[in-house]
Amino acid sequence: MTATLDHATDAPVQRIALVDLLDRLLAGGVVITGDLVISIAGVDLVRVSLRALITTIHDELQEGPP
Amino acid sequence: MTGTPLADDRRDGTAVYLYGVARDLDPTALRGASGVAGTPVRGITAARLTALVSTVRLDEYGEGALRANLEDLTWLESTARAHHAVVAHAAHTAPTAPVRIATIYRDDTRVAEVLTTQGTRFDDVLDRITGRTEWGVKAYTTPGPGTGPEDTGGGLAPNAEPPTGPNPAPTPDPAPGAGAAYLRRRRRERDTREDAARRDAERAADVHAELADHAVASRHHSPQDPRLSGRPGVQILNAAYLLDDDQTAGFLAVTRTAGERLPGVDLEVTGPWPPYSFIDPVDSTEPQDR
Repeated sequence: MTATLDHATDAPVQRIALVDLLDRLLAGGVVITGDLVISIAGVDLVRVSLRALITTIHDELQEGPP
Repeated sequence: MTGTPLADDRRDGTAVYLYGVARDLDPTALRGASGVAGTPVRGITAARLTALVSTVRLDEYGEGALRANLEDLTWLESTARAHHAVVAHAAHTAPTAPVRIATIYRDDTRVAEVLTTQGTRFDDVLDRITGRTEWGVKAYTTPGPGTGPEDTGGGLAPNAEPPTGPNPAPTPDPAPGAGAAYLRRRRRERDTREDAARRDAERAADVHAELADHAVASRHHSPQDPRLSGRPGVQILNAAYLLDDDQTAGFLAVTRTAGERLPGVDLEVTGPWPPYSFIDPVDSTEPQDR
């Protein structure tokens, strides 16, 4: 589970946990006005995506493992 | 809200996706890089700054499509991974400031305009992160005596599911005093849980303070939902640390000794990350808004 990456090699991107990535990508980075309204609503973006996560998890719990 | 929404009648149905801005990037560094939706990545350069961009289709990245796609976890994951791959790729060779996911411009001209008008801001950000990387540290308590299995605290999601476990044990006929004994037991259980939570919070604060001493800046992320992380135990720390390159070895040594010193606490280290969590100086060291 520990995804310590090596400086020297190219980062094994697929090993990074999605949850760690989303911590950073949804709440970090330069917030800059794009030409699409959605990209400047930083807080909304987090909320929108959290809804996706929760909905997905909820569906998985309902359906059980495939 | 000064952004101008894209007109629906764009002549070629495309827009430009911005990953981040690098300084003094070797123009050959992006060769072969692959971005969101498998698109090639290219640079748009103004003075010393290079914007990392891809041309994307409006039927996937237009406002309406984006709104729907961001709620699709599969789409979100592939976009997030591609975004990160591009930023990490550039960050290997030059200081790179990532921008927030899903920042879209009409065309290359608009991106060049942004580089010019926001150049000072990007320079400030790049000055702050040059020669530095971000590392993530998460701490978990391993479930042990006194920690009930229901005690998963720190989740992001409301626990909406009704209990689906086996039926509660059949209630025996109440004996005299059984009610008071029951209440006493419940109170004891609650106190034990509260003590455990308080101990966990103290241990997390101690670990964090020690790590922060070995970093340029730190920032707390919200605790991760255990159902997302798939990790047993209670997450008592989820923080990011900005390190000077020459601090890295010492910092990692501290995480190892802290992990060994604290029985029942597991430390998980991730990195190096591009400094996503340290773009905005006012965010540093302050717990993030939940």
